Amino acid sequence: MSDKIRTIDGITKESTEALIAETLSVYPDKAKKKRAPHLGANDQGSGSACVKSNKKTVPGVMSARGCAYAGAKGVVWGPIRDMVHVSHGPVGCGWYSWGTRRNMMSGITGVTSFPMQFTSDFQEKDIVYGGDKKLKTLLAEAHDLFPLAKGISVLSECPVGLIGDDINSVAKTAAKELDIPIIPCNCEGFRGVSQSLGHHISNDTIRDYIIGTREYAEPESPYDIALIGEYNIGGDAWSTKPLLEECGLNVKSVWTGDGELEKIAATHTVKLNVIHCYRSMNYMCKVMEEKYGIPWIELNFFGPTKIRESLRKLAELFDDNIKAKVEAVIAKYDPIMQAIVEEYKPRLDGKKVMLLVGGLRPRHTIGAYEDLGMDCVGSGYEFAHTDDYDRTAPEMPDGTVVYDDPSEYEFEKFADALKPDLIGSGIKEKYVFQKMGIPFRQMHSWDYSGPYHGYKGFEVFARDIDMAINSPTWNLVKAPF
Amino acid sequence: MRQIAIYGKGGIGKSTTTQNTVAGLASIGKKVMIVGCDPKADSTRLILHAKAQNTVMDLVRELGTVEDLELDDVMKVGYGDIKCVESGGPEPGVGCAGRGVITAINFLEENGAYTPDLDFVFYDVLGDVVCGGFAMPIREGKAEEIYIVTSGEMMAMYAANNISKGILKYASSGKVRLAGLICNARKTDMEFELISELARRLGTQMIHFVPRDNQVQRAELRRMTVIEYSPEHPQAKEYLTLAQKIADNKMLVVPTPLEMEELEELLMKFGIMEEEDESIVGVAEAA
Repeated sequence: MSDKIRTIDGITKESTEALIAETLSVYPDKAKKKRAPHLGANDQGSGSACVKSNKKTVPGVMSARGCAYAGAKGVVWGPIRDMVHVSHGPVGCGWYSWGTRRNMMSGITGVTSFPMQFTSDFQEKDIVYGGDKKLKTLLAEAHDLFPLAKGISVLSECPVGLIGDDINSVAKTAAKELDIPIIPCNCEGFRGVSQSLGHHISNDTIRDYIIGTREYAEPESPYDIALIGEYNIGGDAWSTKPLLEECGLNVKSVWTGDGELEKIAATHTVKLNVIHCYRSMNYMCKVMEEKYGIPWIELNFFGPTKIRESLRKLAELFDDNIKAKVEAVIAKYDPIMQAIVEEYKPRLDGKKVMLLVGGLRPRHTIGAYEDLGMDCVGSGYEFAHTDDYDRTAPEMPDGTVVYDDPSEYEFEKFADALKPDLIGSGIKEKYVFQKMGIPFRQMHSWDYSGPYHGYKGFEVFARDIDMAINSPTWNLVKAPF
Repeated sequence: MRQIAIYGKGGIGKSTTTQNTVAGLASIGKKVMIVGCDPKADSTRLILHAKAQNTVMDLVRELGTVEDLELDDVMKVGYGDIKCVESGGPEPGVGCAGRGVITAINFLEENGAYTPDLDFVFYDVLGDVVCGGFAMPIREGKAEEIYIVTSGEMMAMYAANNISKGILKYASSGKVRLAGLICNARKTDMEFELISELARRLGTQMIHFVPRDNQVQRAELRRMTVIEYSPEHPQAKEYLTLAQKIADNKMLVVPTPLEMEELEELLMKFGIMEEEDESIVGVAEAA
């Protein structure tokens, strides 16, 4: 947390507000009125959101949101490796969400992990006559083919919610017959304004069907924790989990990166939940706090400064044994991190970055850029809520632009005015900005790289950012505008 | 809390019967909520004295998303502290009315409409269970008791039998049971005996025979139930009796729907249908 107000040369609250006004000026009145509250100048000292959020996208503008099914399948369920995840409905939703998020998995495919595409492949007749019988057959077949899968999730696509198939009842019967957990998730894509509701629905489903149904074999210890909202993108969890273990903590389960159903189901016995992606999993942390009295803490593992702060914050909740180990870990890695900073900072110092990612990284990664001497001059989310923007305010320099669910036009306009040296966003934005001659990193999937979390991740992050910004390629091309 | 779904052929008087019965339950001190599951949204007008209630889907359309909706916006309280909600939905020919029912019931559940002080929740459902959405009220954890409104007319009885087939499907995997037939009399021949017999064949009871009386229409002109409009009128007593019978009813069965031949035979026995003369099938008048 920054205690002093930071500013960027040339950016003031007034300049940002003028930029926003100019950007909005091309919109018709109705669209302007709707978009205006979603764009704001950061008030760093306030610690509260400067924009409205979690509202329906204004029709006609191109924004970058997903749907509830995407949030459920892609984010929460997909990474659980020892389950079969069924996309229930026509084939496209399952196919195009298959393996796109780079949530890496350990295990042996078909034996201890199931990173395959399962779908009920709805046809006309399934819409007309209902898909419940097909689902029942599919569940039996999946269990037959993969008897070692610990459970099956059934993720509803849109038409299932329209024809009103009762997947909950099919799942219940099949679970009894096959004697494995079968978890129905009513995450039809049309529910809610973005993928965010899919996360929430999935959290509620974990609450209703999974949590508390298993116990760990090993005896409890005071150092048992769970790592929540860590999806192992590019192997992130394989950096953060060993780091926490090096600090003397037992990471009993990871939600849900490289996740295991039974370990997730026993999480109600841990002593502390450490949450990384607050947006997608705060719901279950709150449930576990209320129902089982498990406290939770939000940590940030991007960049040495935030990691150090986070580990010390974490150590405060434990005894001297952990405190000593945490200090030893920090002492061990600080010089290594210092060497990385010394290598890359001279080439990155003073560079400007703009971000537009999902629900966490637009604030969590700012510290890592700052460790490399960079400034974040604009940030925004696809599907964040007010509590995310509250948490963003202190991380962003004062007066910088904050944009919620921006249209491609708004994003381009801001980039054009602010001239960032790097943009971190998604695959749909990537080529637009590269064609503008702006270096770009795909920050949902770490652009085929990673991990970026933890000490191990910072080295990769620093290398990638340097490579993106300082690639000689940019000197060889000149944008025609 | 007992959750009850009312089904029956379109136009048979489900909404009128439901509202008069619920008014009866309220007048004997029961706490009731009515959930209208029909895009026509006429399940609560006699309780609220309103032309049309603001429906859940109306407001969803206005606000854009169901997440922005508050319970108070859609739940109105009428005669006898009866809570009223209408799911609403599209006009005929567009959109998906079934999803409207699912959305509305999910919304009520998530927003705590099912308070523990309620004795009864009534779902007044569109005549034909045309898709899974209209079966939402009888999914697990919802209504376990179903009453079918019928009359001695042939098509109403066909519908009652078909609905029983639907209940059978759900009863085999869940707790849904048929609780009785309500005969909303049309003054057809031998109506009482016929519906009693149909009920017996379905394995259930005719819980009450509601005679036809124009007092119902007189009350409806004032958008009132008979119970409220003229509590001393004999027709009000009929609904009160029905309400009491439902409150006391313990007879919940898995129905035994009739085969088509069996049903036709029953109709012939009571003289509703003539015996079929195969020799004249397909023969024109002039031939």
